[in-house]
Amino acid sequence: METTQNHIRTHLTSIIGEVIAFGKDVITWSLSGGLAYQIYLCILAALMVLGVYAYFVQISLGLAATNMSDIVSWGFYIANFTFLVGVAAAAVMIILPSYIFKDKDLHKVVIIGECVAIGALLMCLMFVFVDMGAPWNAWHLIPGIGLFNWPTSLLTWDVLVLNGYLVLNLLVPAYILYCHYYHRKPNEKLYLPLVFISIFWAFGIHLVTAFLYQGLPARPFWNNPLMGPRFLASAFAAGPALIIIVLVIIQTTTSFRVEDAVFNKIRRISVVSAIINLIMLFSEVFKEFYLPTHHSLPAIYLYFGLKGNTALVPWIWTAITMNLIGTLILAFNPGKNNPRVMVAACALLFLGIWLEKGMGLIVPGLVPSPLGEVVNYAPSWVEVCITLGVLSLGIFVVSLLLKPALIIEQRYEAGE
Amino acid sequence: MDPRKNKIDQNSEEKDCRQSQGCDRRAFLKGAARVAAFGGAAMLAGCGGGMLGSKEELSLRWKEYFKKNYRLMTQEEKDETVRRLERLAKISNNVNVQISSAAPIEGVLYGYAFSVTRCKGYMECVAACVKENNLDRKSSMQYIRIFEMEHGQMSPEVGNAKFYHPVPVDDHFYMGVQCNHCQNAPCVKACPVKATWQEPDGIVVVDYDWCIGCRYCIAACPYYGRRFNWNEPVVPRDEMTKKQHYLGNRLRHRGKTEKCTFCIQRTRAGRLPACAEACPTGARVFGNLLDPDSEIRFVLKNKKVFRWKEDLGTDPKFWYFMD
Repeated sequence: METTQNHIRTHLTSIIGEVIAFGKDVITWSLSGGLAYQIYLCILAALMVLGVYAYFVQISLGLAATNMSDIVSWGFYIANFTFLVGVAAAAVMIILPSYIFKDKDLHKVVIIGECVAIGALLMCLMFVFVDMGAPWNAWHLIPGIGLFNWPTSLLTWDVLVLNGYLVLNLLVPAYILYCHYYHRKPNEKLYLPLVFISIFWAFGIHLVTAFLYQGLPARPFWNNPLMGPRFLASAFAAGPALIIIVLVIIQTTTSFRVEDAVFNKIRRISVVSAIINLIMLFSEVFKEFYLPTHHSLPAIYLYFGLKGNTALVPWIWTAITMNLIGTLILAFNPGKNNPRVMVAACALLFLGIWLEKGMGLIVPGLVPSPLGEVVNYAPSWVEVCITLGVLSLGIFVVSLLLKPALIIEQRYEAGE
Repeated sequence: MDPRKNKIDQNSEEKDCRQSQGCDRRAFLKGAARVAAFGGAAMLAGCGGGMLGSKEELSLRWKEYFKKNYRLMTQEEKDETVRRLERLAKISNNVNVQISSAAPIEGVLYGYAFSVTRCKGYMECVAACVKENNLDRKSSMQYIRIFEMEHGQMSPEVGNAKFYHPVPVDDHFYMGVQCNHCQNAPCVKACPVKATWQEPDGIVVVDYDWCIGCRYCIAACPYYGRRFNWNEPVVPRDEMTKKQHYLGNRLRHRGKTEKCTFCIQRTRAGRLPACAEACPTGARVFGNLLDPDSEIRFVLKNKKVFRWKEDLGTDPKFWYFMD
């Protein structure tokens, strides 16, 4: 009896020791780097400080510090939130082929997709938080402690799926990296079920976020059954485009090598989704403009302006142009996977979707108001600074996660 | 207070507790909630209340911060929070207010009818509403909008709510818009924390202290019936309406949503809403839909009535009628 207890105790202490050693190395690796890396982290930290300052201004003045109003009641924060949910969900396009179809090329970069998803999810949750009028009452949203209007309110679904997806995306890579750190083979029976769940979950987070808008008959621009599928298509175009950009950055700044086949596969995923996205966009535009009704007023406001209010017109046409050019370059691949051409095309596609699915989606949902009033909206400096702060935090976290992850993966490969 | 009402109230209390199966579990989780929300409380004490006040004020604010959603409170807890709020109004604003927690009256379902022929656009209703409901003067918040409309159309979307000239204008008519108190309210469905709901007498209310300010209800409302406190609301002390209701015209804070409550503080005491009382033309009719002899029932039976955006299936309790 006593010997088994002793045995368990020594076993436990050894596990704790292992975890501590792992944690120590992860922290050291994530913070150590060349001068350029340190400066990069400092710039991000400075932007985060700026964001914190702007948030204090917002807390003391109330959301009056933003340019939102009773008509445009959601603005830049929710626009960024919506777009980033897509970026988070898009990791599934790497996870699915690498874990389920056992694609060896993509398997080497799956960890990068997962780290980007974690960063995107953090940003999503932060954007919802900074948008809250009474963040000090956020505990009312905690199931069991507060009062959770589930399953009626779509917003509660979003809280559940986003946090759940964050946990899934933290658990799987943490376990795999931990095993690789000690040169062990991770136990598939332990993590594959979680991977399966996370694949369905990824579709879930994006559909739920689309339903948040789609389920509102009060807003004809959103009350559109194509919203969910379009969210997925645009996400699976923008997300992989971002991952290509991250891969090129890693390729040029670290010793981690990414094969051409990887770029080619991700490029194809992105381009197919981008084309489907454009087809659905065309379908929407046709419906709004072939026989315009009262319900087409938001679309008219978005594309051509209404009653002299044209704030969104340059945004949307820039977005569509970038979208088209990016998709064409990625489809015809004139640079033959030349990283520079790829990065430019991916950046165009990514920014185009950001413009269209961010501000281009949220503001026309709210303008004209239900009483037909038309106003313009552009974010205030407080909104811009807080947004910069949140984005920097996301990039910062992704960087700190990727750095040790890549070192562990490289060591594991070399050790084999 | 009418003892009969008290009894009804307690019954509904018990029912509420059973429905949520929450009484015991809630008590158990209270401790956990306190720990979890400590940071938030500190934030509120620091920012929400402005400067740090006296020890008494701090203790009151602390208790206010951790109180439940109004619907889950027992009558005792309702009385306590009302006392705290009255005391806080005295301490921080030096004003004596009376806050009621009067329950809905049994056998009452409120409805409203607005005459597009009688209204002349005088806006007395708007002024009365602002005064009665302690609406924020800083942002000029208004629950009611009056649209000036040309003949030949019947939707405020094509009307003009920004008219600054003598009324009435020839060949125009006027249409008032406010919360429709939908029987099937999209805002209630949207709220993630059950901070807004429909009372048994049909009034859609907000628990201002439970609202987290996500504004999903505003996005969900097809009638532009909801307002948000973008800044800390300002109501001059000498203009303040001091007879208040917890779910009605008590003072709100920034970051919270609010709306028309059919003047719950008046109507549950048997009076008309301020807008209906103020209207000089008799364009506004308010009453009990369940009472066959009420004026509202007369209008619904004898006038040509219609409801706005009927196609959305919201089932409003706000009708428009023509004479």
